[in-house]
Amino acid sequence: MTKEFGSMRRADVESASRLAAQSVIDAARRHGLEDVAVATIDSPVGELLVAGTRRGLVRVAYPDERPDLVMEELAEALSPRVLEDPRALDQVRRQLEEYFEGRRARFEFRLDWALAPSGFSRKVLEATARIPFGSVSTYGEMAKRAGSPRAARAAGNALHDNPIPIVVPCHRVVPSTGGIGKYGGSEWRKEFLLRLEGALAE
Amino acid sequence: MTRPPFAAFLEEHRVPVYRFLLASVGPGDADDCFQETFLAALRAYPKLREESNLRAWVLTIATRKAIDHGRARARRAVPVEEVPHRPTNAQVDGDPELWRAVRALPERQRAAVVHRYVLDLPYADVARALGCSEEAARASAYEGRKKLRAMRELEHLGGRP
Repeated sequence: MTKEFGSMRRADVESASRLAAQSVIDAARRHGLEDVAVATIDSPVGELLVAGTRRGLVRVAYPDERPDLVMEELAEALSPRVLEDPRALDQVRRQLEEYFEGRRARFEFRLDWALAPSGFSRKVLEATARIPFGSVSTYGEMAKRAGSPRAARAAGNALHDNPIPIVVPCHRVVPSTGGIGKYGGSEWRKEFLLRLEGALAE
Repeated sequence: MTRPPFAAFLEEHRVPVYRFLLASVGPGDADDCFQETFLAALRAYPKLREESNLRAWVLTIATRKAIDHGRARARRAVPVEEVPHRPTNAQVDGDPELWRAVRALPERQRAAVVHRYVLDLPYADVARALGCSEEAARASAYEGRKKLRAMRELEHLGGRP
């Protein structure tokens, strides 16, 4: 009996079920059942995992954070209805591609701050989001704009935990003492992004 | 923490669910039942108990969808010479005669046969998917299998059941 059923071609079931799963995702989007959409986007700083909710872009993760763990974190923090749905993130993909090609200085999609802790950290990130393309600011300045001028170190910690790097440009925050300083996603990426924006001398 | 993101759940269970539906409702309707199954799962997912056996749970939903589908089809049934073949992305009729025979089984026997012999599930899981005791699941699979064998033998003798 098992052998007779075994004559079904395995590869066909695999591809047919893949197509069927895709139509589940499309239907979920149409029925408003998709709480979190995720997609991966190629970039010069590695393959980015991006996640969006109905409110906007909620997460950008560098590949150093394992994608499956990031998805678990999203399921835990936001909703287990996390679907891989690149189509839902087309606009984000397009604008990020333009940014990396040097054709875009600001992003025009909405952000969802759900993963940013409220209070001081959130204020630091919001202040950071306003630093324009091509310029830099300091940890002290961000702390000041967030209402605690002496909390430069705490501002640095908040930026290290930025859930939406690149788009919330924590790479534009540098130490007042010189150098480019630290970066949650490895320093080489910070340097790359600042160069791309023409914010580094040399 | 034990409830994975739905994307991972879908990826992990799509093949066995699809395989079950192919065997239960046939390649023409497997896609529709598959979509209904996973949309129902997605609706219920946030409220699901964390320690649930996800494989058994989604197969329970698929079993219900397959049975509902069979009933709806029976209500609509109109005798025609040849059933128009809806295009499908599944080319999986390895043994069309056997498939037809499986689908001709009564609902419960068909589900038991498919769960046990196509998906290779232990009887405890078959019972859970069917919402019956393990003994009842065993009996249904046995009856179904016996009936299939009888149909096959009739065919070999040149007769159609």
